[in-house]
Amino acid sequence: MTGIVDFLIVLLLLTNLRILGSSRIPACISAVALQGVLLAVILVSLSSEPLWGGTAAFALLLLAVKGVVLPWLLRRAMRDASVTREVEPFVDFSTLLLLGGGLMGLSFLIARPLQVSAPPSTEKGLLPSAFFTLLTGLLVIITRRKALTQVLGYLTMENGVYLFGVSQAIREPLLIELGILLDVMAAVFVMGIVLFQINREFDHIDTDRLSVLKE
Amino acid sequence: MTPAFSFVSFGLAITLSPLLLGVIQKTKAFFAGREGAPLMQPYFDFVKLFRKGGVYSRTTSWVFWAGPIANLAAALLSLTFVPLGRIPAPAAFPGDVFMVAYSLSLGRFLMVLAALDTGSAFEGMGASREVRFSLLAEPVFFVSVLTLAVVTQGASLSEIYGTLPRHMVHQGISTIWLAGGAVALVLLVENARIPVDDPTTHLELTMIHEAMVLDHGGIDIGFVQYGAALKLWMFSALVAGAFFPFSSARPFLEVMGGIGGVFAVAVAVGIVESSMARLRLIRVPQLILLAGVLALMALLWAAR
Repeated sequence: MTGIVDFLIVLLLLTNLRILGSSRIPACISAVALQGVLLAVILVSLSSEPLWGGTAAFALLLLAVKGVVLPWLLRRAMRDASVTREVEPFVDFSTLLLLGGGLMGLSFLIARPLQVSAPPSTEKGLLPSAFFTLLTGLLVIITRRKALTQVLGYLTMENGVYLFGVSQAIREPLLIELGILLDVMAAVFVMGIVLFQINREFDHIDTDRLSVLKE
Repeated sequence: MTPAFSFVSFGLAITLSPLLLGVIQKTKAFFAGREGAPLMQPYFDFVKLFRKGGVYSRTTSWVFWAGPIANLAAALLSLTFVPLGRIPAPAAFPGDVFMVAYSLSLGRFLMVLAALDTGSAFEGMGASREVRFSLLAEPVFFVSVLTLAVVTQGASLSEIYGTLPRHMVHQGISTIWLAGGAVALVLLVENARIPVDDPTTHLELTMIHEAMVLDHGGIDIGFVQYGAALKLWMFSALVAGAFFPFSSARPFLEVMGGIGGVFAVAVAVGIVESSMARLRLIRVPQLILLAGVLALMALLWAAR
C-alpha cells in the first residue's frame, strides 16, 4: 500500500513542476485539477481502517470541488478574460524550474526535524511534499503577472496546506476541513467574478499594472 | 550468474545495436503511415560504408581521420562497463559510471577536434552546440545514477543494476522511475534524438550532432554512426534496466528480458520522435534543466 501512496505523492510533486514550468494557462488549470483528484485519492489510500463513511464522503466532495467545480470556474474565467498564456512572468521559466529544485531541497530540509514529531505511521514523503506544494503556490503567486495564474498559485498553496493537514492529523477534524473547502470555493468564485470585472474595465488582467493606478 | 553471459550480452550489444536504429526508423515509419526502410537497413548501410575508402581534404591532418576511430574505441570501452538488464557487464569496479561517462566524453572531445580540424564554420558551430548540451546533460546523468546507487547501496553499475529488483520492494518504484526518467531525457540529449536534435534534418543551421560530422565520409562516417549506435544501446540498456526492475532466476530469460527492454526503449524513442517537434535551440537547456530537477527529486526522495 505504501508503494501506491508513494507513487501518488510523486505524481503530485510532478504536477507542481508542471505548474511552475508551463506558460500555458489551460495546462496549469489541468495540473491544479489533477492535484485535487490526487489529494482525494491520497486521502482514501491513507486511511488504514476499512473506509469510514465520513472519509469517503469527504474524499468525494474534495474530488467534486477541487477536481471538477473549481477547474470549470477557472476555465470559464479564462475564456471570459480571453487569456491563454502567461506571456512574460517576472522570472523566466528556466529560472523558475531551478528555483523549484531549490525549494524542493529546502522543503525536504525543513521537514526533517518535523518528521520526528509526526506520528510514526505516516508516509515519510508526505510532509516535504506538503511544504513543496505550499512553496510552489507561493512562488507562482509572486512571479506571475496575470491575475488568473495568481489564483492558480493560491489554489496550489491551499492544496499544500491541506496535504500538511493530512500528514499531521491522523483523525482529522472533518468539519474544519469542510469549512475550509467551502471558503476556498467561495474565494475562487469571487475571484472569477473579480477577474472578469478587471478585464472588462482595463482590457487585461496584468496585476503589476494595477498597482500604478492613481487618481 | 556465470561470466559467460556477460560476454554474450557484450556480443549482443555489438551485433544488435544497428538493429536499434532500424527499430526506431520502423516505428517512425509506422506512425507516419509509411512502409519504411527494412529493419536491416542500418546493417546494409554499414556494409556499404565499411567497403568504401575515405576522402580527405588537403587542409585536414591525421586528427581528422583519427577522431572517428578513437570515438568508436571509446564507445566500445564504455560498453564493457554497462550492464544489460540484470546481467553484469564484462568489467566492473566501484565508481565505473565515471569511467563510462568520461570515456564517452573523451570520444566526443576527439570528434570535436576532428570537426575543428576541417576549419569549416558549420562543423565548428555543430561542435560548439554538441559540447554545450552534453556539458549540461552530464551532471544530470551523474545525479540520476547516484540516486540509483543510494537506493541500492551499490558502487559499480553492474552492482547497482543487479540489485535493483531487490531494493525496489521496500524503496518503492517511484524513485527508480524518476531516476530512469531523467536518464531517458539524457538519452535523448546525448544521442541527438528529436526533441533536442533532428537526426534526419537536411539543414545544417538546425543540426547539432550531424553538423559536426558533415565532412566525414565513407568508412569514417561508418565509424561515427556505429559509435553512435553503440552509445544508443548503452543508454537504452541503462534506461530499460531502471524502468523494468524485474529479474528471473534463469540467465537465458534474463538476457531475453534485457534485450526486450532495450528494444522497448527504442520503440518509445520512435514514438516520442513521431509525436513531438524538435524544440527550438534555446529551449533545449530548459529540457535538460527539467531532467535535472527530476533527478534531484529522485535523489531527495531516495534519501528522505
